[in-house]
Amino acid sequence: MLLFSLIPMQFQTPNILLATPEMFLLAGTCFVLLTDLFVKDSQRFITYLLTQIVLLVTAGLVLFGTTEMNLILAESYQATGQSGATAFSDMFVLDPMAQILKISILLVTVGVFVYSREYLRARDMYKGEFFTLGLFAVLGMMIMVSAKTMLLIYLGLELLSLAMYAMVAFKRDDGRASEAAMKYFVLGAIASGMLLYGMSIIYGVSGSLHLDHIANYMSTHPVMENIGLLLGLAFIIVGLGFKLGVVPFHMWVPDVYDGSPTAVTLFLGTAPKIAAFAMVIRLLVEGMGDMVQGWQQILSLLAALSLLAGNIIAIAQTNIKRMLAYSTISHMGFVLMGILAGSHEGYAASMFYIITYAIIAMGVFAVVLLLSREGYEADQLNDLKGLSSRHPWYAFMMMLFLFSMAGVPPTVGFYAKLSVITAVVDANIIWLAVFGVVMSVIGAYYYLRAIKLMYFDKPEGSTSSVLALVKWDFRVLLSLNGLSVLALGILPGTLMTVCLKAIQSSL
Amino acid sequence: MIPLSHFLIVSALLFSISVAGIFLNRKNMIILLMCIELMLLSVNLNFIAFSHYSGDIAGQIFVFFILTVAAAEAAIGLAILITVFRNRRTINVEELDEMKG
Repeated sequence: MLLFSLIPMQFQTPNILLATPEMFLLAGTCFVLLTDLFVKDSQRFITYLLTQIVLLVTAGLVLFGTTEMNLILAESYQATGQSGATAFSDMFVLDPMAQILKISILLVTVGVFVYSREYLRARDMYKGEFFTLGLFAVLGMMIMVSAKTMLLIYLGLELLSLAMYAMVAFKRDDGRASEAAMKYFVLGAIASGMLLYGMSIIYGVSGSLHLDHIANYMSTHPVMENIGLLLGLAFIIVGLGFKLGVVPFHMWVPDVYDGSPTAVTLFLGTAPKIAAFAMVIRLLVEGMGDMVQGWQQILSLLAALSLLAGNIIAIAQTNIKRMLAYSTISHMGFVLMGILAGSHEGYAASMFYIITYAIIAMGVFAVVLLLSREGYEADQLNDLKGLSSRHPWYAFMMMLFLFSMAGVPPTVGFYAKLSVITAVVDANIIWLAVFGVVMSVIGAYYYLRAIKLMYFDKPEGSTSSVLALVKWDFRVLLSLNGLSVLALGILPGTLMTVCLKAIQSSL
Repeated sequence: MIPLSHFLIVSALLFSISVAGIFLNRKNMIILLMCIELMLLSVNLNFIAFSHYSGDIAGQIFVFFILTVAAAEAAIGLAILITVFRNRRTINVEELDEMKG
């Protein structure tokens, strides 16, 4: 009876329907996990197909919503005039920004699984665990994107990270992979520790874990003189820097990209970047928007260092995966540039950048996967030699991706870089804009070198056909992927407008 | 009553010890895992102290979650450690250097 009296009499059912996509994804993941136990190795296609269906249905739920979800959103719109509603005692938010980022994460993951299937099969890694871990990582990313308290941000981040550590170590008998996993684990754990320490200080000063309450506290108090808040901000930025992989917190990026199986690198280098962007926006812009002067300076430094180190060190690489790792570091510098501009246009430019970057990176790693075959990793730059004479269409696709990374019009990379740099110029940080342009010119060198290898050099050694390995879905997706880079570059307006509208109505 | 600052100083000391341990230790990977645990525990102390002195329960809830996640993290860390040992026959941090550049 005593226990019964502890339960409040008017117990309201918490408003949890807004999280329907996440709940569906969790149920689907558990279903895939269970089904896989009863599936023989030869029938692994069933697991794969179920995974893809779960991801696509979740994407559909995010895009269209259920009747109840749309009702809650409409009611909230009438009550507050904002498009976006919260659930779970305001801890979970579904706003247009979250919707777009979630859809991108889900679709990119679908693509990643299509690309990695044949690679996994050829290397005895075609196991249900790969897909289950991937699904859990996606759930973590979706929670991060929708988090409205520091608690949820941390939980989503850890769900993502723990799944990723296991995926990097997926090839158990490979010394390089386990070394990469160890490095990733230790540095990821340090990053979480730093982030948590910063969160605890912010919590102590502002008295709440909720980002809106923190923002309220900051708008009514002098923030830039408060040593506690500045300390908390510094720790949080260190944690975010580790997770994004920006200089000087980038040590793990090249080793993890290089050491993990290429299919994992493909996953690691695409979807989690989108989630990391959301985490930066939620924490720095929504939570600590009033400290913009503080984080603007730190982020400018991090962005400049990333652009410098990423682009210069990439030139010295002979391994494609390492080169792409350093190029990722420089791209993260560009993403930070848009965020530190501190305007809605800047955030939208960053959002555009990160989504298109995920699409481009997916394509580049897909070509690396395409060239590798059983017992052979095509991860040296020299493996690209003479690709155009062997497979002209795939060489053309690779050229589009590399041009896009370098920022050559008419590919989408040009427009992404242009909009980020415009935002920085509007924010009157001219030196950084000029630095960004100079660095992308330097960066163009190693992308063009790869294109030269493909088009003007003779192929080396064995040139056995690799295409026998890949199925039609791989080829179709790669072609679509390449053409989308071109199409988005010629008509960037739609996606840009969507991003801008989402940012304006969410922040 | 013990003032809040004493708790914060202890937790800052623990945090510094763990960071120093991670960066100074060049011998044993298990010590790295121990330092990571210590780091999370110092954060827990911070959260509990703030939560107690501000009368807000949320910080203590956060600690429960951190403890749970730390347990999961230790499990994965030790699992990775075992794969490293199987492949390399060593858990020396300095010998973890196959990839460079």
